[in-house]
Amino acid sequence: MSAMSVPRGNALPHQVQVRSQARIIWENYKRHKLAVAASAVFALMALACLAAPVIAPYRFDAIDLSAIRQAPSLKHPMGTDDLGRDLLTRVLYGGQISILIGIFSAVLGASVGALVGALAGFYGGRLDNVLMRFTDIAYSIPTLPLLIVLSSFSGSTVPTIVLIIGLLSWMPTARVVRGSVLSTKEKEFVEAARMVGASNRVIIWRHILPNVAGPIIVGATLGVGNAIIVESSLSFLGLGVHPPTPTWGNMLMDSQATMAQKPWLTIFPGMAILLIVLAVNFIGDGLHDALDPTLRRR
Amino acid sequence: MTRYIARRVLQMIPLMLGISVVLFLIIQAAPGGPEGMMLQSGLTIDPSVVEAYRHRLGVDQPIYVQYFKWLSAALSGDLGFSFQTSRPVATTILERMPATLELMSLSFVFAALVAIPMGIYSALHQYSSFDLLGTTASFLGIAMPVFWFGLILQLVFSVKLGWLPVSGTQTVGATSFWDQVRHLILPTIVLSLHSIAGWSRYMRSSMLGVIRSDYIRTARAKGLRERAVVFRHAVKNALIPVVTIMALDLAGLFSGAVITETIFAWPGIGRLFVQSMYARDYPVLMGVLMMGAFMVVFFNLIADLLYAWLDPRISYR
Repeated sequence: MSAMSVPRGNALPHQVQVRSQARIIWENYKRHKLAVAASAVFALMALACLAAPVIAPYRFDAIDLSAIRQAPSLKHPMGTDDLGRDLLTRVLYGGQISILIGIFSAVLGASVGALVGALAGFYGGRLDNVLMRFTDIAYSIPTLPLLIVLSSFSGSTVPTIVLIIGLLSWMPTARVVRGSVLSTKEKEFVEAARMVGASNRVIIWRHILPNVAGPIIVGATLGVGNAIIVESSLSFLGLGVHPPTPTWGNMLMDSQATMAQKPWLTIFPGMAILLIVLAVNFIGDGLHDALDPTLRRR
Repeated sequence: MTRYIARRVLQMIPLMLGISVVLFLIIQAAPGGPEGMMLQSGLTIDPSVVEAYRHRLGVDQPIYVQYFKWLSAALSGDLGFSFQTSRPVATTILERMPATLELMSLSFVFAALVAIPMGIYSALHQYSSFDLLGTTASFLGIAMPVFWFGLILQLVFSVKLGWLPVSGTQTVGATSFWDQVRHLILPTIVLSLHSIAGWSRYMRSSMLGVIRSDYIRTARAKGLRERAVVFRHAVKNALIPVVTIMALDLAGLFSGAVITETIFAWPGIGRLFVQSMYARDYPVLMGVLMMGAFMVVFFNLIADLLYAWLDPRISYR
């Protein structure tokens, strides 16, 4: 760990243990047992999906008409669909797209939110006013209906879905970051930096943003789960990524008509969504506790 | 107080105008246009017919002209005409409104009746098995996609057990009250899932904060019965932040209604919206989105007023 870069007790009296910021956060995070377990679950699921081409038992579009609509068995652990495609394989491949969309849209949303919030909070005045009124507007439009309209217009490829979800999820982050920036910029260390001649850019990037990183990171983490759910909802309405590329959402949409005869087609992709979103939310919870200095036990 | 409300209501006007501009631009940016459906039919259509159709709908004019036309009409309550049915948008929305309001208000009440007692009990018995179970259930509820929850309920209660109807508002021919209630049960539970999960968490943490405060210790110290301490002193105060969050979430129920109505073929605004989206019926989309935005803005105001009204420490300015 990075804590090792500081020679322990070198020039310090009484063998004081020096812990880097990252080490402190990690030690706090480790206390949140559920978050640690959730990290393992998330890592495992993400790795399995990424490794799908290697570990999946079949090709995701391999049609086997001699094995259509089979219930889960040893040969097909999650059963097969209408075209005899192996469901486990499709869940793994679908996960690639779903997780990808989740992570990228959350990062995009958090970045835009952090930028808007930092600019508004730091410069204040008219810029603040304009940006925050725009945030109010964006906040007041019901998100899901707007997402539906935008994705029905845009043709639903993976990048456009990421763009749409990301650009409609920055508002909470912007408000939180603006608030933190407003209080941080009055702190003495910012004044000190200004006194030694630091430019606004340096002050924002080096002194203010690191201090408001906590809420940004937590927001982005929870955003991953949210984006996965939103993507699946859009796909369910037929507006997400189009087949044959599998995503958990469009697999569920396909399953709806024949749910009564083949419940496994509905159950497994849904469980995958539930599990990964649950894991992401616990990770966010753990990060929230670990990153908030006021909650820290030293 | 009156001045505060008046000022807040006045502030809603520029906000709604801003929202209408943004929505109008987004909806107009749609490729295809209303004639898309005509062209998709595969028939060869004379371009002059398409042009006449566009002219009749007014979509051949510059966008700012269209916007100001829409705005001046909207201010007098005229939201334009549906491209699909040629009926007034306002009428169409008002027709669909009762079904959605029925579902939303029932879900709201149901969620409150489940979540608040659940949060109180969890807080009073922190780390008990009920608390742990409730916490787990809440996390599951928050992580669960609404539509999947709906599908699973349909699968279990309608398809496998046959206890409840799969979808719709009533059985054809049946007019009994009980029949309608049976149709309401699953959609109500599905729509209230996220609210129950969220509100019970808020109520629990709010209650936990309150029962450790000095005035609760005082109430206990002066020998009040536990029931009086809990309900008259603790719950009343713990409810304040929860009630505001509930008011804010009311608008969020609208987004949930879009999905819920789609799953259960519920003839409300949400379904109207999805159908209009497939048909590129701009005036209806615009009308529904504006109505949704108005609900958000309105319930934001209600939440702020409630907060100030319930908490005497906050004064209106």
